[in-house]
Amino acid sequence: MRARLVFENLKHRPMRSLLSILLMGVPVTLILALVGLTQGLLQDSQRRQQNTGADIIIRGSTASGVVSFSGAPIPEKVAARIEQLPHVKLAVGVLNHSIDPPLVITGVDLARFDRMSGGFVYKKGGRLKHPDDILIDEAYAAQTHKTVGDTVTLLNKEWHVAGVIEPGKLARLAVELPVLQDLDAATDKVGQIYVKVDDAANIDTVMRELSDLETGYKINTLEEYVAMYTPDKISGVKEFTIVIMVLGVVIGFLVVGLSMYMAVLQRTREIGILKSLGASKGFILTIIEAEAMLLGVGGTILGILMSFGACWLVRTVVPASIPMIIVQSWWPTAGLITLAGAGFGALYPGLNAARQDPIEALAYE
Amino acid sequence: MSEGPIIETRDLRKVYRVGKVDVQALRGVDLTVTAGEFLSIVGPSGSGKSTLFHIIGGLTPPTGGQVSVAGQDLSTMTDADRTRLRKRSVGFVFQKFNLLPNLTARHNIAVARYIAGNRGPLEADFEDVLLLLGVAQRLDHKPAALSGGEQQRIAIARAIVNHPAILLADEPTGNLDSENSKAVLEVLRGLNERLGQTILMITHNPEAAAYGHRTVHMRDGKIISG
Repeated sequence: MRARLVFENLKHRPMRSLLSILLMGVPVTLILALVGLTQGLLQDSQRRQQNTGADIIIRGSTASGVVSFSGAPIPEKVAARIEQLPHVKLAVGVLNHSIDPPLVITGVDLARFDRMSGGFVYKKGGRLKHPDDILIDEAYAAQTHKTVGDTVTLLNKEWHVAGVIEPGKLARLAVELPVLQDLDAATDKVGQIYVKVDDAANIDTVMRELSDLETGYKINTLEEYVAMYTPDKISGVKEFTIVIMVLGVVIGFLVVGLSMYMAVLQRTREIGILKSLGASKGFILTIIEAEAMLLGVGGTILGILMSFGACWLVRTVVPASIPMIIVQSWWPTAGLITLAGAGFGALYPGLNAARQDPIEALAYE
Repeated sequence: MSEGPIIETRDLRKVYRVGKVDVQALRGVDLTVTAGEFLSIVGPSGSGKSTLFHIIGGLTPPTGGQVSVAGQDLSTMTDADRTRLRKRSVGFVFQKFNLLPNLTARHNIAVARYIAGNRGPLEADFEDVLLLLGVAQRLDHKPAALSGGEQQRIAIARAIVNHPAILLADEPTGNLDSENSKAVLEVLRGLNERLGQTILMITHNPEAAAYGHRTVHMRDGKIISG
């Protein structure tokens, strides 16, 4: 009966209920979109690193965080030295140049990278043949509406699209290493070196050998490096997520507070009727709180649905820049945040309703 | 009509504070109502009859004096005690019907049972009461789809569904035309005669008052006759 009363109350004023649900859904969408953006970016980066085929990665001594967008602190000859070590099969230096974060153009010796990773999968066109050739992945091609034979302008230079590659390996945009070194005035320098070991059982041995070289560079197995891809490692993301979550609680609190306050005012007489029937303060309070919780559940569901819409929109418009994903594990958190806001928001109007004088409430017009 | 008093007030007083002014709504009311009695209370506006109704119904506490309903002393009751009294011992019928607009007639009755702690299906004999009230076929309609007379008869059904010791009716025909007024008054008389329901009815209408066994006249917060 209590459930019916709650449901019928919400149904009785559908526009107010729907607006409340919509407004409560917005912070849920914001939270899920932010988490989806962050996790999507990290997962995409992780996947592209894992698919390089490398076992160890060497970065410059000043490399901070995990998402390295540019910098060329390592002499290229270091890669040649590393390749001389026992059990090292291949060492491939690459150079990254940030063009529009998180988009990066990567310079790589394509022949050596093919040996390490098995090569890019060409969806259209083919390999780099000329200095102004560039490979773009399908996501970037979709975002910029470019295809083989088109020209793209990056780093103040016009590039000829030689091939469209399958995304998920090393880079979205790849050019020959010397070309990018020349553009960056980083001749014979690379930003990081990928090392492939002859046998996975020898990774520890090679790690020790690399440490013994005392280069001062940061050396990690690829497994360690990929595990470092967490939101905490991206400056400001954790704090921004907390801010959005707090905003979610505050918006939920305000929306439900105002909505339920109006509901209590509009239903003053009905509260008087319930009191005349012997409804206790607790009964009235639980009705108001239950209505708020139901709005919160509705807001959570709508917010989740809207996050699918946001994800579709982002992936359609900027699939290369923002590889957003749906993070289902955050649904309960977003729901709890909304319900907390709703519960607190309904408390004041609920207590007001519970404290109503039955005679005054019954006389309310 | 049985003999024991079901309502008893002695020197009952109520003072309201309106702004900075104390308004004496009841100035020492002595009233005894026996179980099964149908009592009409008449008087002009401001005579204190609604205040008496509210105190006996446990909607507000008295300022002074004694009042007992079905053996329970209301003068010492807490707010929670009065809430419990309204659950089981008192049924209200109001001039404006006061049905919950979101619920059907059936659910308006059910919510009263739910609040009183009755969770099972309606008792079979209550189905007879619904037939007596003439609303058995109108239970699945919401108040907006019911006539004033039907709404008031649903309100009466809701008021007695928990078998209260007393039924308090405040101007039950005040919003009805003469035909519906007569029907509602006949229903109240029928409930009193067939079920022995004790009824206190406030009214301005002398014809309506005549349905009661006895009429009490109030003026200036006192009972002046009856």
